Amino acid sequence: MAELYDRYSSVVYAVALRVLGDTGAAEDVLQEVFMQLWRNPSAFDAARGSLGGWLAVITRNRAIDSLRKRRPETDIEDVVLSVVPDLAGEAERSRAAEKVRGVMGAMNPAQRSALEMAYWEGMSHSEIADKTGEPLGTIKTRIRTGLIALRKAFQT
Amino acid sequence: MNDHEQYAEDLALYALDALRGEDRANLDQHLATCAACRLELEQLRGDAAVLSLSAAGPRPPQRARQRLLDRVAREPRASASKVGEVRSWWGWLGWAATAAVIVFALSLWRENAGLRQTLASANSQAAESASEVEQLRRIAAPILAPDAQRVTLVAAKAPPQPQGKAFYLRNRGSLVFLANNMPALPPKKAYELWLIPVSGAPIPAGVFKPDAHGSASVVNPPLPANTVAKTFAITVEDEAGSPVPTTPALMVGAGE
Repeated sequence: MAELYDRYSSVVYAVALRVLGDTGAAEDVLQEVFMQLWRNPSAFDAARGSLGGWLAVITRNRAIDSLRKRRPETDIEDVVLSVVPDLAGEAERSRAAEKVRGVMGAMNPAQRSALEMAYWEGMSHSEIADKTGEPLGTIKTRIRTGLIALRKAFQT
Repeated sequence: MNDHEQYAEDLALYALDALRGEDRANLDQHLATCAACRLELEQLRGDAAVLSLSAAGPRPPQRARQRLLDRVAREPRASASKVGEVRSWWGWLGWAATAAVIVFALSLWRENAGLRQTLASANSQAAESASEVEQLRRIAAPILAPDAQRVTLVAAKAPPQPQGKAFYLRNRGSLVFLANNMPALPPKKAYELWLIPVSGAPIPAGVFKPDAHGSASVVNPPLPANTVAKTFAITVEDEAGSPVPTTPALMVGAGE
């Protein structure tokens, strides 16, 4: 567990802190995520993706639940994702982060903003539509095409 | 508009845990029966994981590490093996053993004619080999027999996922492919297995249709000699098969 912590805690903490903006709350999520992995290691299926990517998604979901003070809706065992870069090494992580920032920077600002509100603030598409005054369908499309743009950047 | 197009945008919201209420319930219902949408959901979750990378910040405080290790020490697990690699390692081991048995059995079956001649001479060595063949045949029969009952065990509460396993022995040109939980096909369509070489175009490696339980197998399709496989993939094609893939891969090797 110490080895896993040393390898992935900076990703987990960075994601939790980005969502929550509070170091104490981010540390609580960090503890919770690693304890879940400790209690139920088989929730992660190594054949289906990288541990780093999986932890990032689990952390983000738990941090959003904590931010919005709601009960977790998705069981960690149900979170299955396709292979993504493992993010275990600092150099690999930093290269990938640069690429993500490049893709986000090249996006139309309205699209970037919709994707960020959904991902980092956990807003539903209807909440984003209310906030921006744009149609629901437009928000849905922006979020999907935003994710696909990230996929394409990592396929080349 | 087909189902997949209808659900495409909801899947992106679902991947972000941002789909709620009736829309989520409808999509859950569809996901239970649609392998293509489950695969797309996994892909979208992977895309979202990549987005996490743009978060950068200070390292967690040093005390957090000790706090975690203290909690772990207070809460011993029944089997504290190396986390994260447990499932794939045991899964790999089980399948590797199965593959070894199947490939060995097939190679023995191939040599059956020669073996029969030896048996005719009734020497004890041949009798021993025949007994071995019979034993391997008994082991392989439940794996390959069309009427065998196949049960795929997955984590409790996880919906059954389509699964395929290819066992390939390049120097013998032997390929055994087993699949479970494959979704039913439209009329006149079949799944086609592809050997993806290290370089060059995908090579057809057999056409198959799953039975009523979603199980299927392909055994020793004709393949060019000594081809190095990078991975294997499955597409949906006309039931006669196609020389080249005409649809996007529905399943691909995850690498082991």
